[in-house]
This record gives sequence, structure tokens and C-alpha cells, in this order.
Amino acid sequence: MSSLTVRNLRKNFGMVEVLKGVDLEAKTGEFIALVGPSGCGKSTLLAMIAGLESVSSGEIWIEDRLVNSVAPKDRDIAMVFQSYALYPTMTVRQNMLFGMESRGVPKAEQVEAIKRVAALLQIEPLLERKPGQLSGGQRQRVAMGRALVRDPKLFLFDEPLSNLDAKLRVDMRTEIKKLHHRVGKTTIYVTHDQVEAMTLASRIAVMHQGEVQQFADPDTIYNRPANMFVAGFMGSPAMNFIPARFTETGGPALALSGAPSAAPLGVAPAHAASVAPGRQVVLGVRPEHLCRYALQTEERKANLARLTVPVEVVEPTGAETMAVMRLGEQEIVGRFNPDEAPRMGEEIELGVDMTRACLFDPETRRLI
Amino acid sequence: MADIALSRVEDHEAVRASRRRGWTRAVIYGLLTVFALIYVIPLLVVVFNAFRAQPEIARNGLIAFPQSFQPDAWVAAWDNYCIGGTCQGMKRYFYNSLLMTIPATIISTLLGAMNGYILSKWRFKGSDVLFTCMLLGVFMPGQIALMPWAFILGKVGLSNSVYGLVLIHVVQGISFTTLFCRNYYVSIPDDLIKAARIDGAGFWRIFFKIILPLSPPILIVTVIWQFTGIWNEYLFGVVFTSGTQQPITAALVALTASGTTASAYDVMSAAVLIGAIPPLLVYFLGGKYFVRGLTQGAIK
Repeated sequence: MSSLTVRNLRKNFGMVEVLKGVDLEAKTGEFIALVGPSGCGKSTLLAMIAGLESVSSGEIWIEDRLVNSVAPKDRDIAMVFQSYALYPTMTVRQNMLFGMESRGVPKAEQVEAIKRVAALLQIEPLLERKPGQLSGGQRQRVAMGRALVRDPKLFLFDEPLSNLDAKLRVDMRTEIKKLHHRVGKTTIYVTHDQVEAMTLASRIAVMHQGEVQQFADPDTIYNRPANMFVAGFMGSPAMNFIPARFTETGGPALALSGAPSAAPLGVAPAHAASVAPGRQVVLGVRPEHLCRYALQTEERKANLARLTVPVEVVEPTGAETMAVMRLGEQEIVGRFNPDEAPRMGEEIELGVDMTRACLFDPETRRLI
Repeated sequence: MADIALSRVEDHEAVRASRRRGWTRAVIYGLLTVFALIYVIPLLVVVFNAFRAQPEIARNGLIAFPQSFQPDAWVAAWDNYCIGGTCQGMKRYFYNSLLMTIPATIISTLLGAMNGYILSKWRFKGSDVLFTCMLLGVFMPGQIALMPWAFILGKVGLSNSVYGLVLIHVVQGISFTTLFCRNYYVSIPDDLIKAARIDGAGFWRIFFKIILPLSPPILIVTVIWQFTGIWNEYLFGVVFTSGTQQPITAALVALTASGTTASAYDVMSAAVLIGAIPPLLVYFLGGKYFVRGLTQGAIK
């Protein structure tokens, strides 16, 4: 059963096409993250699902009802805003009651709902305060509480954590995940933070320029990105893109276009099907799939291609160390265990994990 | 040792600087006092004269300290002084002004809040053009509207009536009240409205439960502006009403014109003060909020 189905949804603001035929679907209880850079249309999409923006063409279904022209209040949704949008003149209790009062929910039920949600979010001591007297994290909780008292079919979150400081953001992220686990409501969550999307979502829709680039579970998004945009957007530091060409002679191997002097990299069996001598490709390697070749086990070495490069910058973060290395005309970034990290200026013999690498078509930018 | 020497030098500098500051201050306060006097002296003269006896004014001139203190002029001005043939003092005109100012202020403020709410939170195609047109009313001199108003008041049967003036002041005031409220409401985040819409609140519920509770600062500004503006307005009052229908500003002129033999400066002074009390009261009670409200958007 699907809680939400979006079909070929389009949105124009005048001549500007903001959404170009979006398809999306959320099963009951799923946590869907819409992620993308600013201006990709993710917030517009959410506002259209909420009914705050009109639909130019396409369909939005909530359960088995077409809601294209249904008013926001009749869609049975609740939304948490980036600004929290708490009513400043009302107490926390009144904020949470407002929706139920507007809908004429019986008094006894209202009291019951407030009690239940206040306990769930541990905001009982705040009920008589005004939003101005709350900290950022508390406001965030109250905003979620206001959404929870209504017991809607669909939860919509519009970048709810981006106004919090870094530490609180991580805490609240965990809270939201716990909460979703406990309440089990279908949730659509907009964020520009790919870590938030990866940690929270059961499925992620990566958006760019008004289109869904890929809609899949986090593992697929990360390890089998549909195209170079998804590959580059998800993951930090970003995936290394290395232009290469299948060599015409010998076994299946990739000659690096930017570094002609480097030895060709052996192609993993998984990619053998796409081998065509002379074909141009882009090799995508995540920073954590680079390693110090000499330190690996014999078994692992079988999957590794070798590359010798000079190290230009080393950036320790404590848990791991990033190294920027020069590969011909371009820079590549590797992620190392601090014990194995290279030093600045060192010539390092890199192992490239070819089984985990992705190959992209340089023309279509799609995964091969 | 070095410390002491250093601090001594600093002391010297500080003394010189504070001396300089002292002079600057004296000049500033001096100028301010002069300007304050320019504003206060006329008020003082009027207040003094309202409590002086007419013979004393005739003897010592208009500008002098009172030598006796008597409230007779106030009673006469309020209750029984003869203006244009009727001897009922200013009270009737005072009531006329209240009857005109209070409804006109309330209605125009509410309409302004309503307009501002729509023009900022429920925009529609052409709403900005409409707002620009309404703004023209702010810059339009009142006398331009005299002829059209004469025509309309005649048509709707409100010539020479306080209610006609209420209508005029409501309509003339809407530009201002709309401008004030709209600009204030623009700073209220749209997310509040969206949240309320999802919460199931409609146009009116959002207005009464969310917008109005946020409005006191701007409503106080608007009420003060409208109240003083309408109370002090003179042109429409004198053109469209006569006799017993006149507001107090128009009647004050009639007072000077009704000169019997000698000008009764004591009664006139009292009458002027009676006419000035309501706006002064409004300023005293709400002036603090007025300044705060006008600058609110800027500070935030």
C-alpha cells in the first residue's frame, strides 16, 4: 500500500520550469528523503505535496485519493517547517491545540493527545511557555509535537534541522530516527544534507534541476549511483572522477587519460561486460576505496589496481586522514586510517579497489 | 614606576577630553533648550490665558504671567459661550468631534488591518498594482477630493452631517492604515500562515487567531495616527458641515468670527485647549508605543 504517489509532476513559475516530471512513491511507514542542492526543486515538491503550491500538471495521490486540488487542511498531513513556524503569541500547549481546535476535535481527545505527545517528546515542562522562551532544540521538539498530535497519514519535514548548531543537529537526527521508528508514520523529509538523508531514510530521492536523478535505498545510492551527479553529490569528500579509456591491447584495463605515464588499471570482472577497446569512460572511485597498497593482504591485493602518485596535502580529522594526491592533471582525494596515512610530499603506491569503482559514460554521464 | 607615569599621562588626556565633551554638551543642551522653548512657549501662553481674567489680559497684554487664577473661562468655553447665535459653548462640537473621530478611527484601522493582511499574506494577481494605487491616496492632497466628496455626500444624503465626515475620514484614511499594516504584516513569516493552513485554519481564523494577536504595536501606531489626524482635520469639517454639525476644529474658527465687541481671549484659550486635549491625551498614553511601533521593522 502506498501512502503517497506522485506521477509526472510538473511545476512552472512563469516561464521557469521548476519541476520537470517527477515520479515518486512512498509505501506506508517509509521514510523518504528528498535531497539535492538548493534550487533543485525539493522544497517546491514538498510544498506541492502539502497543497501550499498549485500543481501545473501531473498527479499527487495520498493513499487512494487524488489530492491535486484538495486544500492543505483536507489532505490529512502534518508539516514541520525549517523556521518551525510556531505561533509566537501562543503557549506550547496552545500551539499544539490550534490544529485540533480548528478541526473541532472533541475536548477529551485533545487533552489525551497533548498528554501522549508531550510524554513522547518529553516536553511536559514546556507546555505553558511561549516559543520565545524556548531554545532552538526545544522549539524543534515543539514543532514536531504540533505535527504529532494530529496523527496524520503523512509527515512532511522541510529541512527541520538546518537552523540548529552542529552538535544539536546530530542529536536531533537520532531523535527523529527513533521517533519514526516508534511512530511508524510515512515521512517525507527534505534536506540538502546528504548525511541526514543517508542516516534517516529508507529510500532517498536525489534531485537536481527539477528532476529526480535516482530514487533508491541509501546503499544503492551510495554504491551504485545512477549518474555522475548522484555520485558526486552523495558522499564527502566527493567521489573522484578520473577520465580513462579502455586499452586496445592486453587484458581488460583502463588507461588514464590525464596521466599517460601511469600504468593502465586492471578492470574488475564485474565491469568486464562493458569493456570495448578504445571506449572513453569516467572512472569513479570513492576516497575510501583508495589505500596503501603495500599494507593490504594478498587476498585483497587481487582486486586492487596499482598507482603511484605524489601526496600534496594531508588533512587529519582525528578519526581519519584525508590526503590530496596529484594524478597527472587532476587531484584525487583518499581517505586513510590515521596509522596508514601518507605524509606530505611522499610518493605513495596506491591500491585502487576496482570492484567497488564505478564506470560512467562521459557523454551521458550515466553509470555503465 | 612606568605604570604610574603612563596613567598620569592618560589622566591628563582624559581631563582634556572630558573638558571638551563638557563644552560640546553645553552647546547641545543650550540649542535644545532654545528649540524646546520655541515649542513650549505658545502652549504656555495659551494655558496661562485660559486661567487669566479677561480684564487682566486686556490690561497686561496677551503674554504675561497670570496674577490671578480662575477657571471661569473654562466653564464658559465648555458650556455657555455664544458661537454663531447659539449659546452652548464648545461641548456640542466636542461631542461632534468624538462622534466623528472614534468610529472613523476604528473602522479605518480595522479595514487597514484587513487590507494589509490580504495584500501581504493572500496575494493575488494584480495585488501589487492595487497596493500601489492605494498608496497614491497617501500622497493625494485632501482638497483634490473636495468636489467628488461634495457630489457623493449629496447623492447618499449625508450632506452637513457628522456621519458624512465619518465616511470621508474612513475612506481618506484607508491608504495610510493599509500602508502601515501591510508593511508590518510583510515581516510576519509566511510559514506561520502555511502552518496554520495545514492545521486547518481558514482566512478568518488565521486573521483573528494569529495575525491580530501579533498586531498591537502597529494597531497602536495606526490608531494614534488616525485619531490625531481626524480630530485635527479642518478642511472637510468646515467645507461639508455648518452650524451644529461642525467638528470642534471648524467651530474654533466660528468662535473667533463670532466676535461681539472685544475678543474674549480667556474663553478662546480655554476653547483651544479643550479642542487639543483628546489628541494630547492619546499622545501621552500611546506615544511610547508610537515611536516604538514606527521603528519596529527597522530594528528587527
